[in-house]
Amino acid sequence: MSGLRILVPVKRVIDYAVKPRVNRAQTAVETANVKHSMNPFDELSIEEAVRLRERKSPPVDEIVVFSAGPPKAQDVLRTAMGMGADRGIHVVVEEKQALEPLGVAKLLQKVVAEQKSNLVILGKQSIDDDAAQTGQMLAGLLNWPQATQASKVQVEGEVVTVVREVDGGVETLKAKLPMVITTDLRLNEPRYATLPNIMKAKKKPLEKKTLSDYGLDVPPRLKTIKVTEPPPRQGGVKVDDVDGMISKLKELGAL
Amino acid sequence: MALAPRLTASLRRVALSPRPSPLIQRFSPICPVRWTSSATSEPRQPDAEGTLKNAPAPAKTIQFTAETYPNLKRHSKFAKLTQEHVTFFQDLLGVESAVIDGLSKDASEDIEAFNSDWMRKYRGHSQLVVKPGSTEEVSKILKYCNDNLLAVVPQGGNTGLVGGSVPVFDEIVINMQRMNKIRSFDEVSGILVADAGVILEVADNFLADKSHIFPLDLGAKGSCQIGGNVATNAGGLRLLRYGSLHGNVLGIEAVLPDGTIVDDLSTLRKNNTGYDIKQLFIGGEGTIGIITAISIVCPQRSPAVNVAYFGLESFEQVQNAFREAKNQLSEILSAFELMDGRSQRLVKTVTGKKRPLEGDHPFYCLVETSGSNTDHDSEKLQTFLESVMEKEIVSDGVLAQDQTQLQDLWSWREGISECLGHWGGVYKYDLSIPIADLYTLVNDTRDRLTKAGLVGEDDSYPVVDVLGYGHMGDANLHLNVPVRRYDKEVEKQLEPFVYEWVQKRSGSISAEHGLGIAKKSFIGYSRSPTMVALMKQIKNLYDPNGIMNPYKYI
Repeated sequence: MSGLRILVPVKRVIDYAVKPRVNRAQTAVETANVKHSMNPFDELSIEEAVRLRERKSPPVDEIVVFSAGPPKAQDVLRTAMGMGADRGIHVVVEEKQALEPLGVAKLLQKVVAEQKSNLVILGKQSIDDDAAQTGQMLAGLLNWPQATQASKVQVEGEVVTVVREVDGGVETLKAKLPMVITTDLRLNEPRYATLPNIMKAKKKPLEKKTLSDYGLDVPPRLKTIKVTEPPPRQGGVKVDDVDGMISKLKELGAL
Repeated sequence: MALAPRLTASLRRVALSPRPSPLIQRFSPICPVRWTSSATSEPRQPDAEGTLKNAPAPAKTIQFTAETYPNLKRHSKFAKLTQEHVTFFQDLLGVESAVIDGLSKDASEDIEAFNSDWMRKYRGHSQLVVKPGSTEEVSKILKYCNDNLLAVVPQGGNTGLVGGSVPVFDEIVINMQRMNKIRSFDEVSGILVADAGVILEVADNFLADKSHIFPLDLGAKGSCQIGGNVATNAGGLRLLRYGSLHGNVLGIEAVLPDGTIVDDLSTLRKNNTGYDIKQLFIGGEGTIGIITAISIVCPQRSPAVNVAYFGLESFEQVQNAFREAKNQLSEILSAFELMDGRSQRLVKTVTGKKRPLEGDHPFYCLVETSGSNTDHDSEKLQTFLESVMEKEIVSDGVLAQDQTQLQDLWSWREGISECLGHWGGVYKYDLSIPIADLYTLVNDTRDRLTKAGLVGEDDSYPVVDVLGYGHMGDANLHLNVPVRRYDKEVEKQLEPFVYEWVQKRSGSISAEHGLGIAKKSFIGYSRSPTMVALMKQIKNLYDPNGIMNPYKYI
């Protein structure tokens, strides 16, 4: 059999360590001047693809990294290539026309066909929308087997064994290529993109495309009514000393 | 003043998460070994799993400073604490919790935390802790103590590394924790006025809400107080960028031993009218008065922060990298930290974490930039990285791609201190050395100890290794000798060798940790007799009775 042709879709999201703030109009989360980075689950996907290549059997023909998003999504594609992906595809989608999971899945279906991929490794969810749907929808559209929340992936010949975390333990699945895998946190520990590799990544091919190149028109089906922050924590009371605390506790009926 | 080691260094960069405070570390047992070295040593630290490997039997008590330093004698001119004194303070402060009275009743448990330092290295015999709530109360306390010849020790968060904030004998502890109000902040000028007892992290979080930053950051920020920071002229991680407290502190409110309130709480950037007396209180370690409030100019907080981590072949290349960084990153450069390969290997051994770079390099550097514009910073950083790679100044390197990686890279610098305690103890020296010679000391010290047959792999050798790291940008080296046990022979090899070495190169024997009790007798290595004599004149002028923080400093 020929080698693996891996497709890894990645998303540029607000850095997980940044506290998101809702914009004034309460229509969305404020994204301007906020630190963005690659969705952490997608980092795991890249790492796993690169490790599959390092294991050498079966051989990996190509690792293609894909992103649909604003022009800046290029940064995360370059990072992914710095980590070891061979080339990138960027479908420019402005933030205002952000795709829904089904739109992404339909787009990925086309990309899979175009790239002749036989293994798609996705993050189990993106940390901004938390939809956790794209992988499953893609598997449905392609009519491929899927293994979600993978914590261990093994490929032998055409057979893929995936250990996944479920309530109360782990579950081991076996399926034949082609297939869709979504990654979970315990799968691996992503490597750093080293400077020499970042430099090399700059020279790797990055294709720029649009939705119409894929003949897709996926208008949103959902409308965001309102975005609000969780209610602020109620402030406590400061007491001067132990006596003050005791009387306060008595007052509240706790003593 | 010191950077207390971090319990969980990787948390340091998370602005919103509570900083582990040195107080938490009190559970660490200490090594029950006597020593009189002036090197700062640390207690054992828990490893990554939070357990202590090969922990010695925990000592039940901390040794009294007076026993560690048998040459110190209580000054007979000081009065002994009586019930009358205690009653005076109780009446003065009113609130019951503001006085911890160990004279008329047994309050040893309550007082212990004020009598000993967090490293469990220094311990005094004080029987009274007073916690004033206002400048006027500080003034009345000091006047009374001065009139009655009662010695005092001012105390902030008690996070120092040289024993400056704990009593030696029976000095009264004046703890500033109740003076914890932020008095004002001007968003236009960025000038903060706050009580001395405000905790550094509280001040920084307050400023973060207003997009500003406290111009000082250090590991103990969850416990240390800004008054103590100023009194010890703390250095820390932001010094390269924002400069020393001598420049940032605009004004001080302090109380002299005779009760005089020195109101110099100026909020002016410029004020050329006479001697700048407040500078004497900055780094004065509480020997001429107690700081009760400060005004300090705070810069705008940088929204864009990047961190890179390099492996380099030689110390020459480290210097080249530093020059390139200053040259190309200029105003966005906010930290340039040096770690030698040995320190990084030890961190790896202790934490078991995956190293950021493959292979072993003799030197590592951590470069941080912070600026206001991500695109601008990235562009500069890219040019810098490309140039140091092309010129082969650095052999390998990584750039943090997200906040998690950024924190992880910092943990390789900040985790050193806690990892070194793993084998039992550490001799620590905090030195300023001209940058060209900065690392030579580490090699010389290692040669010396190796020649003496003290360094080795197994338990028969006391010394694990000799290594160096520090604030390259400030020419500040932390020379560390992790040991399996404290050993007289090691001490003899280290001292006065290290001090003499530093003296020959006109360095400083205490760059940011201060003098306290630990470095008091070594001041002569860094200051001339004339300078020390001038300092003594100042001390005698403001504190003629010598009640302020006695037995320490000069």
